[in-house]
Amino acid sequence: MSRATRSFELAAQVDETDSRSLRATAWRVMRLVIGYRLNSVVVMATMALASGAIAFGPFMIGWTIDNRILIEAPTVQGLYLPLAILLVNYGLQYLGFRWQFYTMGLLTGKLMTKLRADIFARIQSLSLSYFDKNDAGDLMSKLVNDVDVLNQFLSQGLTQLIGGLVRMLLLLGAMAALDWRLALISLCAVPLILLVSTRLAAMARVAYRRSRQSLGAVSTELEEGIAGVKVAQAFNRVEANQRHFDRLNRDNLEANVGAVSISAAFAPAIESLNALTTAAVIGLGGWMVLEGRVTLGVLISFLEYIRRFFFPLQEISQQWNILQGALAGAERTFELLDQQPDLEDTPDAVELPAVEGEVEFDGVTFGYEPDEPVLRDVSFRVGAGQTCAVVGPTGAGKTSLINLLARFYDVQSGSVRVDGIDVRDVSQDSLRRQIGVVLQENFMFSDTVQENIRYGRLAATDAEVAEAAQLVEAEPFIFELEDGYLTELGERGGTLSQGQRQLLSFARALVADPRILVLDEATASVDTRTEVVIQNVMQRMLRNRTSIVIAHRLSTIRNADMVLVMDHGRIVERGTHDELMALGGLYADLHTRQFSDVVSPNGVPPAEPATAA
Amino acid sequence: MWRLLRALGPYRGQAAGALISLVLMTATVLGSPQVIRWVVDNLADALQGGTAGIADFDWRVVRDGTLLLSGLAVGRGVFNFLQNFLGEKASQSVAFDLRNQIYTKVHNLSFSYHDRAQTGQLMTRATNDVELVRQFMGQGLFLMITSSLMLAGTFAVLIYMNWRLAIVTGVIFPLNILLLVVFVRVIRPYFGNIQATLDKLNARLQENLSGIRVVKAFARADFEIDRFAVENENYRLNLLKFINSVSKVFPATFLMSNIQLTLILGFGGNLVMQDALSIGDLTAFITYLIFLTMPLMTIGFLAGMMVRALVSAERIFEVLDTPSELTDAPNARVLGSVAGRVQFRDVYFRYAGQSTDVLKGVSFLASPGQTIAIMGKTGSGKSSIINLLPRFYDVSSGSVTIDGEDVRAVTLASLRSQIGIVLQEAILFSGTIASNIAYGRPEASQAEIEQAARAAAAHDFIVELPDGYESRVGERGVGLSGGQRQRVAIARALLMDPRILILDDSTSAVDAETEERILEALRLLMQDRTSFVIAQRISTVREADQVLVLEGGHIVDRGTHEELVAHSSIYADIIASQFNRDAAREQAVLRRQSSPTHVLQERVP
Repeated sequence: MSRATRSFELAAQVDETDSRSLRATAWRVMRLVIGYRLNSVVVMATMALASGAIAFGPFMIGWTIDNRILIEAPTVQGLYLPLAILLVNYGLQYLGFRWQFYTMGLLTGKLMTKLRADIFARIQSLSLSYFDKNDAGDLMSKLVNDVDVLNQFLSQGLTQLIGGLVRMLLLLGAMAALDWRLALISLCAVPLILLVSTRLAAMARVAYRRSRQSLGAVSTELEEGIAGVKVAQAFNRVEANQRHFDRLNRDNLEANVGAVSISAAFAPAIESLNALTTAAVIGLGGWMVLEGRVTLGVLISFLEYIRRFFFPLQEISQQWNILQGALAGAERTFELLDQQPDLEDTPDAVELPAVEGEVEFDGVTFGYEPDEPVLRDVSFRVGAGQTCAVVGPTGAGKTSLINLLARFYDVQSGSVRVDGIDVRDVSQDSLRRQIGVVLQENFMFSDTVQENIRYGRLAATDAEVAEAAQLVEAEPFIFELEDGYLTELGERGGTLSQGQRQLLSFARALVADPRILVLDEATASVDTRTEVVIQNVMQRMLRNRTSIVIAHRLSTIRNADMVLVMDHGRIVERGTHDELMALGGLYADLHTRQFSDVVSPNGVPPAEPATAA
Repeated sequence: MWRLLRALGPYRGQAAGALISLVLMTATVLGSPQVIRWVVDNLADALQGGTAGIADFDWRVVRDGTLLLSGLAVGRGVFNFLQNFLGEKASQSVAFDLRNQIYTKVHNLSFSYHDRAQTGQLMTRATNDVELVRQFMGQGLFLMITSSLMLAGTFAVLIYMNWRLAIVTGVIFPLNILLLVVFVRVIRPYFGNIQATLDKLNARLQENLSGIRVVKAFARADFEIDRFAVENENYRLNLLKFINSVSKVFPATFLMSNIQLTLILGFGGNLVMQDALSIGDLTAFITYLIFLTMPLMTIGFLAGMMVRALVSAERIFEVLDTPSELTDAPNARVLGSVAGRVQFRDVYFRYAGQSTDVLKGVSFLASPGQTIAIMGKTGSGKSSIINLLPRFYDVSSGSVTIDGEDVRAVTLASLRSQIGIVLQEAILFSGTIASNIAYGRPEASQAEIEQAARAAAAHDFIVELPDGYESRVGERGVGLSGGQRQRVAIARALLMDPRILILDDSTSAVDAETEERILEALRLLMQDRTSFVIAQRISTVREADQVLVLEGGHIVDRGTHEELVAHSSIYADIIASQFNRDAAREQAVLRRQSSPTHVLQERVP
């Protein structure tokens, strides 16, 4: 009965997907299963063995009663052979089951492993625009959930569904061979059960959908209530929130009770039909025994058959619900697998040779949505070894420059060239190997410090890793960690401070010794000492490399060979810091706003008065 | 366990109904083989009597038997349904209660609890753990009783029918139990392994998804795929080992039951030959066999479920049993409208579970309407001061008074209703913008809400949203930028029109323009109120009537900005480190125009 409830809950997750696409998905799953040819043949063979043995048992019992017990002058010796046959039969049934479980597990295990690997590989090949649209957390829970449901169905449901069908057919054959009239009576219940279970399932699906929705509201309120508890207390909202939660919770309770009233009827209905069929067989069978049409042993066989016959029927109707949930999950999984990467290496893409590092944007227009350009006709050139600082208000298009250079996205028109070679003409791997990227978020993997640095170049030796760490002055704090370089960083590097993580991502970029460095300066505040270190390290990193920096630090901007000022997707000003200040335009304005809040230690406003509007 | 059963208390009617239905259902189930026995015996007798016997046969036996069986079938269905439904209903109600209690508890626990607790963990307890407990109570508990009852009932009936055959049947029963124990023993270690490898696999995926930009930036797709393949294969092999064990042991339970069947047929058949047993008895024995096997398997399955449910229940009760260390004193008064005179007297404070004080003898006085800026390094005790005022925590010693009233002597509600707080992180709740602004005063009118929004410089962007004030935020709502959220949070505090204001003045992650707008809103908010500000920017400090400089839990310096600049070297250091990124070098180019800071400074004497 718990299985029935679970199966309804699963079925309720299926939205009104049209049945045709589900059928197509079902075929695709079947093709995958049958793809493991030898394996699926063995599964079928073991199923047939187990089912055959199950169908044979009751017959043998009835036969023994008729021909060895209810006869004139029965002997104990007469029982030996039939009992031995029964034992052998049951032994075979055990073997059939054992290998059916195992081979099925082997098959689904292989299948699911391949599916997971395919999904993972597919994810790696998708461009960033896909991840812009799909939140990582959502994607994760969807993947895990869908694959899990599919796995459950394949490892249990499929066996029960197919195994159940095979068993029912064999049982039905055996019953019909014994007596077709009694078999017919037993069969009567099948359409009834199908009717009852499909009706109940349809009702249950509606009810469970309501229950799911109300549960969603409860979870959301819980999550918010817990996350925002400090605000709730600060604003005296505790009681009001409790009333609100109580109402949501009560809605959920009512929806649940409504759903339960339906699912609770499921198993009893089938059991009752089972028992009623038994009654009918006793009635008709009893009469037939007296008429001499069947023997008493056949009647007893039938009592056993009915029980065995109903068992798979019950399982199948439950699995049917799970099947739909699993198929919906499979459909979403296939959708992901079929997702075409929108950014692929061209067929004739070449490896980017070792570059000098000249970067050129030539009339680049680009938008994350086709009709919402974030870059409009942007052109600039950074000579090899030069540093280019990009500044501008939020949303000006600064990050897009970086995204295009590393070819996380493709331009809509114009071109991005490295040493005169269009980035679309070379393989993505070879391009990114020569570009060191430091992102704002400083993502760390849950691995050792050493491995996190080595991520920049897998072939780097321990010594090279240490060298990079020294270069970014990260060694002092690394040695303070428990196990030095071998310290395991927690999830996303949670054990480190912002500044420390930033230094490590610098080291990670440096260990690859890239010709071109792309840097999105973090805005998050770090303590003073680290700030000084970061500034020093930055200067050292940028030296002798072509660098494009989305700059927030004045020191970075002042040391740049060229400053690009961006606004609304265009480069509105360019030049050195001093030139731009003299210009008195947007840059001068931004500069004032961003840095004017700075005072000198003696508290006196800086000496020079305003020179520009 | 007992406590769980006690939780059923309010629903004992439903539980009792379920229990009664359960007993009746068991009776119908156990009764039907007896009817079959009766019919079969009569049939066998008639057959033995030959043609005469058949002619004498009372047809009513078959008719009554069929009717009786049908009646039992219907009864079985009805009682089974009732048992299911009532049990589920009661368990759903218990889950409802538990969730409500957790929610209430969470809301009444003090900040010190929430500092330590993790949102995710609390969430798990309120959802997964409650669900496990519910499943066990609704299904497991009653199934367990049914199964035990069924086992006992079957044995009783079998012994009553024929004790010798019952013993033969029972001989294999301990073996069955043994098998079940072996089964559990064999599979248990696998569960941990499987879960662990699956967790690893999922962690790989999770990390890959969140770090996808880094993966792409370093062109590490192949490396990641290989790493994933290792975990993937590892998981598969662990699972396969488990399946291998299960597939060996699990079908053996059927084998056992079938061996039992063969034994019954053999010994029973022999007894029938000796006329010590009727053929109907034999049939009934065979039919009863299922009632010995299935319940045993069910109990085995439920035992695992019960253990998990009990662990979950423990975790739930752990939350519910956490004492709320912060409650109204028994004779707490309602704090009347205050002027806003705040005094800290020799306050010592340490967080629960910590061994050192974060505040060590802090004393200061804020007159009504003053602005107090609090400065200091991370960990110097800044936030502790502002947390003590609305009594999110209690002082370890010393006192905090408002208009001379100790905050511990008044009710929390009356205290907090006079204190407006803008936390560093602007948390909004799912709902409309309007409902978020009115969070602290749900009865506020639309006009008041808009007024607050205007004052917080939020009105302009709000009316530009698709549904204006009725736009939904939070889950499935419009996305607001950090600066916009902050302004909504400020409006929320403004609407309370509090006498005392607490600001964790942080505008990280917004651009300069927004920052300025927020600052302006904050300035407005602080006018004529006693305000406490954790200062992040120099303009705020300059405007403050009093600056408290904290270090290691002590107030090491105090005074106005000008006084401190003149006297305090510590203050100069902090100013330098906190605000002076490149100050020395930039002096030459920095210009101070007619910034709002300046304008205000001229106004403030």
